[in-house]
Amino acid sequence: MSLHRRDVVKALLADRGDLLVVAGLGSAAWDCTAAGDHPLTFPMWGAMGCAAMTGLGLALAQPARRVLVITGDGEMLMGLGSLATIGVQRVANLGVVVLDNERYGETGMQQTHTAHGVDLAAIARGACFASSVTVRDAAGVEALRRAVHHAPGPWLAQVKVAAEKIPLVLPPREGALLKNRFREALLGASAALQ
Amino acid sequence: MNAPLATAFDWPLATHQALSRLGFGVVGFVPDAGHKRLIELCQADARMRTVVMSTEEEGIGLAAGAWLGGRKTALLMQSSGVGNIVNALGMVSECRFPLLLLVTMRGEYGEFNPWQVPMGRATGAVLREMGVAVQEAHTAAEVAAHADAAARLAFGGYCAAAVLISQRVIGIKSFQEQAEQ
Repeated sequence: MSLHRRDVVKALLADRGDLLVVAGLGSAAWDCTAAGDHPLTFPMWGAMGCAAMTGLGLALAQPARRVLVITGDGEMLMGLGSLATIGVQRVANLGVVVLDNERYGETGMQQTHTAHGVDLAAIARGACFASSVTVRDAAGVEALRRAVHHAPGPWLAQVKVAAEKIPLVLPPREGALLKNRFREALLGASAALQ
Repeated sequence: MNAPLATAFDWPLATHQALSRLGFGVVGFVPDAGHKRLIELCQADARMRTVVMSTEEEGIGLAAGAWLGGRKTALLMQSSGVGNIVNALGMVSECRFPLLLLVTMRGEYGEFNPWQVPMGRATGAVLREMGVAVQEAHTAAEVAAHADAAARLAFGGYCAAAVLISQRVIGIKSFQEQAEQ
């Protein structure tokens, strides 16, 4: 039985503690919003291909916090080189979850390369990630819940999910607002004076 | 052959000192001959985390994420790399992320490689069209001062600012000269 992306993200973000989250553009950002809009989630509405690197920057700036990037297969494919960059940086506090429905969901559900056998978990392994895994069932999601908070990074999980059209649940759109609320929640009111 | 002007002035050292003084904690770059010495100075600085990237576009995400976490990022790239960051600059503009770009020019002053010329010719215009403040350094002596001013503009004004470092300053004219560096 295939996994549903909303259920996966809801499970991963339940009891999130002080987790910092970067959500890649499109469905992954809507999934994170459906799990509960949160100031310490930075949902991206553009800059396709940049989600994992945004997670890296955040992880380097906040080495004592766990950082989770949640993105889609199409978004990740556009920034494949960033996996090598992240692998070389050996950031222990960064994890990347790719919700892989093998489709470009925002443009009409056209197939991505993962529908034709491209294996993102294998690419992460080849890019010096500490670990990577392909998740296909509920037991795998449960293990991933623990990894989010405890696995030494950088790690990547390619989570195979159903290709389904589901209702949009949109976060705020304005970039400056999303940035400022994140910084204030993380750094305190003095962030505005930096 | 055009000798580089004012090579006696150590612009990478002065620029590194400016970045250090202003508290830049992350420096992202794609290896570049013109930035070689500045890169090495940053790598030797324990207070700077250097990140080698596969393509310059990665640097925009890097800088955005680091600022979300409270650290300042400078990106070092060649003018060709400016072509690789254009769409991602939209995030910088929309989110008002502060960002400093230090760009070594190719295809500009005495270029020998015609493939560098189109992007070199367009670099300043492309950046300006994307809302980036552009300052041009034509002599070694003004690079660090421009970097300092651009950094203050970017982080004081929550915007992107770039310093274009002329090929006149870099002074690389052929592969052979580059190899002998």
